[in-house]
Amino acid sequence: MKTYLEFLARCFRLSFVGDWRYYTWMFALTAIALLGLNAYCRQLVDGLATTGMTDQVSWGMYIANFTYLVGMAAAAVMLVIPVYIYRRHELHDLVIFGELLAVAVIFMCLAFVTVDLGRPDRFMHLFLRLNFPVSMLSWDVIVLNVYLLLNLHICGYLIYCAYRRKKPARAFYIPFVFIAIVWAFSIHTVTAFLYVGLGSRPFWNSAIIAPRFLASAFAAGPAFIILTLQVIRRFTGYRITDEALRILKGIVTVALTINMFLLGCELFVEFYTGSTHAVSMHYLFFGLHGYDALVPWIWTAVALNSAALVVLYTPASRRIWVMDLACVAMIVGIWIEKGMGLIVPAFIPSPLGEVVEYLPTWNETLVCLGIWAAGLLVYTILVRVTVPVLKGDLVHEEAATGTDRVARSADRTQSARVEGAPGSA
Amino acid sequence: MTERTVDRRNFLRASLGAAGGMAAFAAAVSPLKDFDTSDLTLEGFLQKHYKEMTPEDKEQALERIRKEVEERYAVRPELRDLPPIDGVEFGYALNLGRCIGCRRCVHACVEENNQSRDPEIQYIRVLELPRGSIDVERSDHHYDDREVPNPDSFYMPVQCHQCANPPCVKVCPVEATWREADGVVVVDYDWCIGCRYCAAACPYFARRFNYAEPEIPKERLNPNMNYLSNRPRKKGVMEKCHFCLQRTRAGRMPACLEVCPVGARQFGNLLDPESNVSQILKTKQIFVLKQEAGTLPRFFYYFD
Repeated sequence: MKTYLEFLARCFRLSFVGDWRYYTWMFALTAIALLGLNAYCRQLVDGLATTGMTDQVSWGMYIANFTYLVGMAAAAVMLVIPVYIYRRHELHDLVIFGELLAVAVIFMCLAFVTVDLGRPDRFMHLFLRLNFPVSMLSWDVIVLNVYLLLNLHICGYLIYCAYRRKKPARAFYIPFVFIAIVWAFSIHTVTAFLYVGLGSRPFWNSAIIAPRFLASAFAAGPAFIILTLQVIRRFTGYRITDEALRILKGIVTVALTINMFLLGCELFVEFYTGSTHAVSMHYLFFGLHGYDALVPWIWTAVALNSAALVVLYTPASRRIWVMDLACVAMIVGIWIEKGMGLIVPAFIPSPLGEVVEYLPTWNETLVCLGIWAAGLLVYTILVRVTVPVLKGDLVHEEAATGTDRVARSADRTQSARVEGAPGSA
Repeated sequence: MTERTVDRRNFLRASLGAAGGMAAFAAAVSPLKDFDTSDLTLEGFLQKHYKEMTPEDKEQALERIRKEVEERYAVRPELRDLPPIDGVEFGYALNLGRCIGCRRCVHACVEENNQSRDPEIQYIRVLELPRGSIDVERSDHHYDDREVPNPDSFYMPVQCHQCANPPCVKVCPVEATWREADGVVVVDYDWCIGCRYCAAACPYFARRFNYAEPEIPKERLNPNMNYLSNRPRKKGVMEKCHFCLQRTRAGRMPACLEVCPVGARQFGNLLDPESNVSQILKTKQIFVLKQEAGTLPRFFYYFD
């Protein structure tokens, strides 16, 4: 216990140590997070009237970001599956970064639903009278929190073992890794069912939404991980091979292809049938009665995703920077497509045929930016303390003195990392 | 010696950082000084879900609300918790052939049910539709009611349909809304967490959210109040039409019906075969809005 507290204290101290680039990055994130907190305090005082939401469009940017991020969290399994099921060893030592990302992102998801509540002070009611299993939102509360715990346990256990130079006991984490794989699918499926289950919203009431969610998540998530891994490689010198990035690129390419195909299926059904069901889709892509706030956005998304797809299939994408460009394009494209592009049109027109558009206010935009900054802050700190532990630079003193003290030789670092990384057993 | 200087410098740097951080944090949360804490009482925080309250708990809650209303509006309210009447299931029938679209029902409802006046919350939405169509996509919600009825149009008021299979109740994550024994879907304003999932689920655009703190001028407050219906709400919670429970459970008619100048509105007990509403269901051409949604409304439209 004492050792564990000491470990946490050392990690805490370590999170304040870095070069000027680290300080600049952390300072900028903290500043944005505080701006967001300030905006949220204003929202607490004046109510959700500080947002652009109305009775007609009762969910906006908060829920859009939430939806996107649930997919990001689920995407951690796209690192886990190749390692644990297909035995792709290049990714062994990297799985933990995916799981840490899941932790940070679930934290952001929970923050986004919390800021969306009119009465956050009553969150206790979720424990006292959760409408389970009838309400899909109650399912979501459960699956998201369990997923957070699963990932916290897996990462925390493996990192702590590496710190103590102990071999992780398989029984303590392998079962959880497999549960987490299934669970990752569940978080995004349940989040899709949240929308799909509403008969009054034809735009959502389609069985293809859940598969589309998963496909877009498994494109945008690993794309984000490809970029993060390169940042980690550059700033920490942690060994990450180009081969590992290419495996992820393969996953991203397939997932994006499936996503575009499913979108095509949906567009065909809606527009070819020509029933009144297509009216929200019409609003999204072409505008309705002269209202067209989302039209430029969705076409931007379509352009970005199509461009990314084409690039990924051409040989040019073997070059890392080209692949990175495609990743950025699809991260943004999918953020538009399944964020605002999926949430807002479902409310337009209203069930009584009224067209009221949604435009986020500055205040709610600041809250969103603040949560993104806070999430990145959490992820940076997690990676900041994990890398030295896995590299063997931060170890428990007894563990360090107990074995040969040639510590920090390249050899040593290697073995510590292999021990510490999931899947090494 | 050098070590000590370094230590001191580090210490100074750390304290400066900590102080700067605290100051920035304090500045960030400074808007909270305007926070209205009157709604954050321990009593309110510990209050149980309506269905879990004992009669004593209820009396305590009612007394707390009476005091709060008195403090805020300087009116001692007649606040009760009327139970559903045995053998009664309320139903509403609206004669589309008669409605002239004057919106008197909309305003009578606001007066009766203590909705916020700024911003004004209305439970009833009257649609102006071109003759020959009941496609709501073609409706006009913002027609000028000084020039009604327009001979080329007919009018369709929509409010909560008190569905027997209510999607809003199904989705609520904390059971803050439910269907009472007399068929009325109610909200416990002290239990709602304000997630607005019910608003997304409703096919009739019947739910209204308090995006801002409701404002009601003191002299406009209706002191005849009921716990599950028209007592004043706070910001951040959902509300909706409840067939004027404070009236109808005491044997009176809803405010929207009483004010209707053309008698387009009929209200009564569906379980009583002799009631007005039961007779209309038996003898007139009736329909429900969005039957395909499977919500089984207790609000019917008919023609003469």
